[in-house]
Amino acid sequence: MKLGRVVGKVWATAKDDQLNSVRLALMQPVDEHEKPAGKIVVAADTINCRDGDIVYWVGGSEATSPYHDRRIPSDVTIIGLVDKLNT
Amino acid sequence: MVLGRVIGNVVSTIKHDCYKNKKLALVKPISPDNKLKSGVQVAVDLVGAGKGDTVILSSEGRAAEELCGFSSRMPLRTLIVGIVDSLESDVK
Repeated sequence: MKLGRVVGKVWATAKDDQLNSVRLALMQPVDEHEKPAGKIVVAADTINCRDGDIVYWVGGSEATSPYHDRRIPSDVTIIGLVDKLNT
Repeated sequence: MVLGRVIGNVVSTIKHDCYKNKKLALVKPISPDNKLKSGVQVAVDLVGAGKGDTVILSSEGRAAEELCGFSSRMPLRTLIVGIVDSLESDVK
């Protein structure tokens, strides 16, 4: 899992059925100092995060399984909100 | 698996159910000659590692499923699976 900052939202009406009612966020991956690390991506948002939130996300095949009843076609899924980074 | 150094921890309340009651550590990958590499990982700590510890990091979903006792696929892949006591390396 890695860290990211939510920088926006994406709306899409025509999309795969498995993505119905899945929120999409724009996310900038960040490092431990909350500095940008890599390119901005579109992520499936399972925690209802807001702009500016620091979150952690999972990539790869694990990103497809945040829900118990289905797999979603996502390769970046936000799965937790960071309250505090202790470094 | 890769070597990493624990540089801190993550406090999080709103999260996926599979992260309940799990410690989250911030881990930076290191090279065998003890230098920090770029990138930082958020890892579930199964062994009770503390800040400054050198650890073994596993990044595989099925391993996580097995070690956490999940019965189905969960969105969790990075785990601390061991604390390194000592390291002998010929890598220059």
